[in-house]
Amino acid sequence: MSSQRGLFGSSLARKYWMALTGLFLITFLVVHLLGNLTIVFGTGEDFNAYAAFMTSFPPIKIVSYLLYASIVLHAADGIVLARQNRAARPVAYGTYNGAANAGWASRNMALLGIFTLLFILVHMKSFWFEMHFGTLGLDAKGNKDLFTLTTAAFEQVWYTAFYVVAMVALGFHLWHGFQSAFQTLGWTHPTYTPIVQFVGRAFAVLVCGAFALIPLYVLISPNV
Amino acid sequence: MNLTLKVWRQKNAQDQGSFATYAVRDISPDMSFLEMMDVLNEQLIAQGVESVVFDHDCREGICGMCSMFINGEAHGPDRGVTTCQLHMRKFKDGDTITVEPWRAKAFPVVRDLMVDRSAFDRIIQAGGYVSVNTMGNLPDANATPIEKHDADAAFDAATCIGCGACVATCKNASAMLFVSAKVSQFALLPQGQVEAADRVRNMVHQMDLEGFGNCTNTGACEVECPKGISIENIARMNREYLKASITA
Repeated sequence: MSSQRGLFGSSLARKYWMALTGLFLITFLVVHLLGNLTIVFGTGEDFNAYAAFMTSFPPIKIVSYLLYASIVLHAADGIVLARQNRAARPVAYGTYNGAANAGWASRNMALLGIFTLLFILVHMKSFWFEMHFGTLGLDAKGNKDLFTLTTAAFEQVWYTAFYVVAMVALGFHLWHGFQSAFQTLGWTHPTYTPIVQFVGRAFAVLVCGAFALIPLYVLISPNV
Repeated sequence: MNLTLKVWRQKNAQDQGSFATYAVRDISPDMSFLEMMDVLNEQLIAQGVESVVFDHDCREGICGMCSMFINGEAHGPDRGVTTCQLHMRKFKDGDTITVEPWRAKAFPVVRDLMVDRSAFDRIIQAGGYVSVNTMGNLPDANATPIEKHDADAAFDAATCIGCGACVATCKNASAMLFVSAKVSQFALLPQGQVEAADRVRNMVHQMDLEGFGNCTNTGACEVECPKGISIENIARMNREYLKASITA
């Protein structure tokens, strides 16, 4: 374990950074979902306009760099913590009944996180990379036609299946992670903590559920 | 009750160790788990086999010495009890019971089921106390008013017996519940305020040095804690450490 003190290096400090970056990534999910909903409730041009706005509006661009940094920090810190945790028990139990006293999601955060990271890499290659550096055609309004690329990807059963499984993994990650971040930062209260837990679990189900339904909608709907 | 026991046998810290299987007969359901282990040991001695070494002392649930990982849970399947308070009626006739020592890098096995928990003592030495200068006239204890809620919460934290079940049960072998209870019992009281910042920083620092894991907030520790120490204490320690890191 680290021998440093203060806001860097110690076990608690690493957890603070996990919590802060995690909460920031959660807020980003809301913005991302609102944009994605234009696929269902808007036109292809609405979606392209949203994508163009997200890649050109200066304040959003600044936040996006913060976002990339958060993903890297959250993942790197998580890997360091998980490795320390494994090292803390070099000899495993013969019999270990983890389900007796803790939820499944809370015991598998590293696994769920690594799968989510894998998804983010594939996802960014598919869409983010193409949007920034690929050769996309233009739609009627002159925006890059990300919509056609997106719907084409979602028409592929394997891609949508991977996407849905990843959203289930992310959902379990947030099921525990949302309220865990509050606990780590010491933001607990007899009245508010149960509310935070409820909101966190509702958020995990609703947001990840909505994300997963969009590619399924594209796959099933004959109009898109 | 007739039982089959799978007990961890290990000669010393260097030995690899392995499970040994023993049969015990005519165990009363009213016996404690430790009494059942005594029966096993008497049987082993009669057979000329070295008895199983395990920690135990008060046998009334207040010393924190008995430390067995039974069927995959610290202190066995019952809640709010130490191993000496675990009754054999929690098991069924014919059961096979697995008995292991606490497993953590910071708790090396001494022999069989006995582990070295002196890491906890070193964490306490790092700051788990209030320095008092006893020269001059001390005020009466009841001259310092303390809010009832804080007094109760401090007392609840102070009921930690340092048994190490939190570390044993945590999938990360984290000592945060223990350390947070020891931080909280002082942080909540005026006498503890003076050294609060140094205390939490030094105790967390020592905890990290000892090689305990990190907290994933699974909550397993508070479920297995024989004294029902709440993870609310971990949140308080997180607040205290954050405050100390920013202000001091």
